[in-house]
Amino acid sequence: MEHVSLPALSRVAICGGTHGNELSGVWIVREMQKQQVEKVGSISITTVMSNPRAVEACKRYMETDLNRCFTDAILSAPVTDVTPYEVRRAHELNAQLGPKGSQEAMDLVCDLHNTTANMGLCVIFTTFNWISLHIYKYLKRITSAPVRLIHVDVPLSDAHSLDSLGKNNLSFEVGPQPNGVVRADIYNLMKEALDHLVDWVQEFNSGITFEGGEVEAYVFEKSIDYPRDPDTNELTAIIHPQLQDKDFILLKPGDPIFLSFSGETVKYEGKELYPFFVNECAYYEKHIAFHLAQKTILTIPSVSVEND
Amino acid sequence: MSSHNTVSFSEARRVAVFGGTHGNEMSGVTLVNLWVKNGAEIQRKGVETKPFITNPKAVEKCSRYVDTDLNRAFTPENLSAPGGDDLPYEVQRAQEINRLFGPKGSPEAYDVIFDLHNTTSNMGCTLILESSKDHFNLQMMNYIKKAIAPASCPVLLNEHPLLKYSTSRSVAKHPVGLEVGPQPQGVLRSNIFEAMRVILKHALDFIELFNEGMEFPPCTVDVFRVSERVDYPRDANGNIIAMVHPNLQDCDWEPLNPGDPMFQTFDGKTIHYEGAGTVYPTFINEAAYYEKQQAFVTTRRETLVASAIRKA
Repeated sequence: MEHVSLPALSRVAICGGTHGNELSGVWIVREMQKQQVEKVGSISITTVMSNPRAVEACKRYMETDLNRCFTDAILSAPVTDVTPYEVRRAHELNAQLGPKGSQEAMDLVCDLHNTTANMGLCVIFTTFNWISLHIYKYLKRITSAPVRLIHVDVPLSDAHSLDSLGKNNLSFEVGPQPNGVVRADIYNLMKEALDHLVDWVQEFNSGITFEGGEVEAYVFEKSIDYPRDPDTNELTAIIHPQLQDKDFILLKPGDPIFLSFSGETVKYEGKELYPFFVNECAYYEKHIAFHLAQKTILTIPSVSVEND
Repeated sequence: MSSHNTVSFSEARRVAVFGGTHGNEMSGVTLVNLWVKNGAEIQRKGVETKPFITNPKAVEKCSRYVDTDLNRAFTPENLSAPGGDDLPYEVQRAQEINRLFGPKGSPEAYDVIFDLHNTTSNMGCTLILESSKDHFNLQMMNYIKKAIAPASCPVLLNEHPLLKYSTSRSVAKHPVGLEVGPQPQGVLRSNIFEAMRVILKHALDFIELFNEGMEFPPCTVDVFRVSERVDYPRDANGNIIAMVHPNLQDCDWEPLNPGDPMFQTFDGKTIHYEGAGTVYPTFINEAAYYEKQQAFVTTRRETLVASAIRKA
């Protein structure tokens, strides 16, 4: 694969509290703001508390999920008196960090999230970009937890997450951590990942060439809901103990996935895939018990900063 | 230990199982909803066992509470407060629950109330006792511990004059708290769900045996007595400046010695425990307690003696 030269990443945004009860990002951003972290070497860093009202209330969101508000359709619709708080906030963030898809947008947006699922450290990206893939490759040096790459393959216009505002985008998803709790081990892991990200960007900007190669990625394929009562919509079964905490362990047809309240096992039917976001708290209302992904190998080119 | 003093109690005929006292503690919510539909599993001969969702609005919102914490609301002031619909939702609920299952402190009150809770702390299956002199409850807890051995079931005794709080279950003559974790709020974990179900099964078996006339000989029960609430370190503006240290995280019921790491600041420094002696912390990093200024609570180990009991 041919070498790729890319523009310097001089403007980087670090966002926390996109979901107000995912506390690692909240406290990392608070600490960075307290330390007045604005410039690191060649990088100008903008720290953002994305959803301050939800952070104050320690809730995922006030009216609607902020991390679903960044599609082109929502960002281009006019704001009125009845626009939900999070949609207004999305417009504000688009003005501050974007506009999405434009030359003025941040070079890199990194959004910090937690999950109740046993996912270790995941780097999630939507729009394909070599920068995020190289950052993931660099993060593989972390030994304190598994580090994985998830690709949610949608066109930029449909990308709904906050990080899609940046020219290069990625989210860190770290778990397991309950909502409303800050665990030191999870905080330290996310901080380590962020420190490595900043190191990588500095090295990249300084002219270092990063070798290409192959990286493994999990590509989102579909979601499975809980078994529900057809009349009341209430759950009739929960994640089976043999699937609980087994994110990224291959699921095969016949494997147990749910245990009903009356003790019956529901088995998986379908092709072999990798489960993730298993028993994520926020997904009960989205009718998702877990996601399923294909594992794929991506080839990435060597990259370096383009000379002006 | 005197074996001559057998304490008599009337049969425990009226038993309630509360779920959803905190609307986002899902094991109890789910179990009680199941049993409201089909209560066969919790029925025992001679016992009327009533499953009951104590805070339905909080359950609907999947939040701990609506206006105020129901599990702190059963104070004498609240229970007698006038004001009807103007009162905070949970105070109205407390008065309603006191009418249905109390009145608290009266002979008409329910015999036993089990209150089902979850915690984000690594407390396993904890039984919460409100009085060291409740021989009926002590015998029940002894029975449960033996039934689930070698698995363990710590008993937390909260009799501290300042730290004790007015719980939903305190309406009954014999209040029993079941606190099972770790489980995130809003999440249902199968292992936690089943553990709670098993504990309650043994508790109800005990009541059935007692009502049938079985005499329970004197016994001792090891408990952890609540000693002190420890808050997070805060700055001059009251903002939290440190997290539970990785060495203390998940170590509920394990000894914390003077000099052991206790907190880690957000910029990486360690703060050590500087108490006078060894304590046994619990409720370590419970999500709901950040707003109650509690990182964990310390306990001291004690052995209580329970008299023999039989039905009157």
